[in-house]
Amino acid sequence: MTIGQRDNSMNCVLDTNGKLIGTLPEFARDPAELWKLYRTLVLTRTFDAKAVSLQRTGRLGTYASSLGQEAVSVGAASAMQPSDVFVPNFREHGGQLWRGVTLKELFLYWGGDERGNDYAGPREDFPNSVPVGSHPPHAVGVALAFRLRGEKRASVCVFGDGATSKGDFAEALNMAGVWKVPAVFLINNNGWAISVPRAKQSAAETLAQKAVAAGIPGEQVDGNDVIAVRAVMERALARARQGDGPTLVEALTYRLCDHTTSDDASRYRDDAEVTRHWPAEPLVRLRNYLAAAEHWDKEQEEALLRECASAVEQAVEAYLATPPQAVSANFDFVYADLPAELAEQRETAIARARGAA
Amino acid sequence: MTELNLVQAVNAALKHAMSDDSNVLVLGEDVGIDGGVFRATDGLFKLFGEQRVIDTPLAEASIAGVSIGLAAQGFRPIAEIQFTGFAYACIDQIVNHASRLRSRTRGRLTCPMVLRSPAGGGIKAVEHHSESPEAMFGHIPGVKVVMPSSPARAYGLLLSAIRDPDPVIFLEPTRLYRAARGEVSDDGKGLPLGQCITLRSGCDATIVSWGAMIKEALEAADQLAAENIAAEVIDVASLKPLDTATILDSVGRTGRLVIVHEAPMTCGYGAEIAARVAGRAITSLLAPVERVTGYDTMMPYLRTEAHYMPTVGSILGAVRRTMAYS
Repeated sequence: MTIGQRDNSMNCVLDTNGKLIGTLPEFARDPAELWKLYRTLVLTRTFDAKAVSLQRTGRLGTYASSLGQEAVSVGAASAMQPSDVFVPNFREHGGQLWRGVTLKELFLYWGGDERGNDYAGPREDFPNSVPVGSHPPHAVGVALAFRLRGEKRASVCVFGDGATSKGDFAEALNMAGVWKVPAVFLINNNGWAISVPRAKQSAAETLAQKAVAAGIPGEQVDGNDVIAVRAVMERALARARQGDGPTLVEALTYRLCDHTTSDDASRYRDDAEVTRHWPAEPLVRLRNYLAAAEHWDKEQEEALLRECASAVEQAVEAYLATPPQAVSANFDFVYADLPAELAEQRETAIARARGAA
Repeated sequence: MTELNLVQAVNAALKHAMSDDSNVLVLGEDVGIDGGVFRATDGLFKLFGEQRVIDTPLAEASIAGVSIGLAAQGFRPIAEIQFTGFAYACIDQIVNHASRLRSRTRGRLTCPMVLRSPAGGGIKAVEHHSESPEAMFGHIPGVKVVMPSSPARAYGLLLSAIRDPDPVIFLEPTRLYRAARGEVSDDGKGLPLGQCITLRSGCDATIVSWGAMIKEALEAADQLAAENIAAEVIDVASLKPLDTATILDSVGRTGRLVIVHEAPMTCGYGAEIAARVAGRAITSLLAPVERVTGYDTMMPYLRTEAHYMPTVGSILGAVRRTMAYS
């Protein structure tokens, strides 16, 4: 192999119409498993639409939608064991839901309440990394911890295409390669870093080839094909658990939404481009496949939509009914033990919150 | 009791902590077989092996970042950054992640790591090797900042930093690494963080300092004694959290405060201490607060660095100025 060159073949199982074009992986032979994937994709999109509407009506903070990218996140999380650790960016709601983060926790987080990060389910998962691309080193540390303890666990770190331009990404990939830690790095390449398109992010032909310099395997997968994402991630995780080291996976998807609710993508992106990408979105693809295999029908779809809408509504109610934390909470988690100087500020804040001068 | 220099005391503390707790790890550039560029980790590689004394690739930000992942998983990583001038690359990881992991997860994940780094000037080093960034780290909620001034205090404070449940920035005064020698009892006893240490009692003026400048502060106090001026010398030791009570108590008795630090004056820790004293003990003050600090310039190269450093003479001048008020 010439230095810098790589196998540019793309992993995919279904075409955009949901027709089988690749080899069906083992898990995908079980209709119940595929239905579970489909259900989480639908739940994620239902959550997403609700989150945007809550933000528009002043009941949620700035929110980063995952519209169109659900399969990357859900595919990755579904390949993980519960004991693995997820180290996500801020657009991986689908993966978080699969891993047992609750809808209420997601609403709390995006509604500006730290308790949303105190996951009752995946206790060791990291909270969202908002400073883009600063979290890959954490996944290396987590994976190193697993290796040092001789545990057959792995970390999965997800970040966007923009993050691959950051130094921390390069450092982490390099360290993971040297130490052969059980970590999988997944690029959720949605084509845009706010207003900067993929072409202006890197001259590299693919982002997966950034693995070459770190001496680790890198591969591309169709990020809108949840079966393919899960299959690629399962292989990478199996390698990690066997002690064969890290993998970089580039999942190609498309951001069908604005960067966040504070963004207006029409300032920099043609609507025509978005329209062009809609037919490739991940939900319809899996639905078409399930329908062709006679594992899906209209009644089931309607029941599923009702179930997801109801789950989301209940979570919204629970979130809105949760009073904000007492002001003292902002002081109680800065350190394990409250230092004297902070204890004084805590008293001041409590008094101020009570309306005292 | 053994007589050790400061870097040997650091080494003894690391050895003790690693023997006590198998979750304690050391990582950084050249910390393994080479024992660190200052030999702070000398012998640890042989004793504890490459699983626990980890040579990293040359990537400071990730040395901090990887430590965060390890700490969240229950390890107690001690990251060495070779010189504080290179620790600035870690600030994103410290500010945005290490310091707030506990707070943003409401205690679900924590970050019990130590970031050790030699700090300070007066060592005739090449540029970027003589920085005093304690105030930068001190501005970050959620971290603790510690700077020892003697071998025994380095030993005790480092042990406490390693055992602390939160991230600690541990700045080791390079100038004292081999210059300061003293008795150290390798008994595994930590010195409490968040407490000043009064090194010398006096009733006329309070000299507050930390790190390598404690040496000059004590020398100045010696000379002042010959002039019948009794200076109290307080080693702050833990800059964050800051033990204001000890300083206020002292100033309440002396009425005069001279703060000495190597770092530039503007926004330095001296400003914080002066403000706290002004806020709570202004009626005790008999004289304006004096700050003896580095200048608001770049740390000069070695040929003129002596002109930058506060000296015994400059401390004497400041104390005498405060004594002119009565």
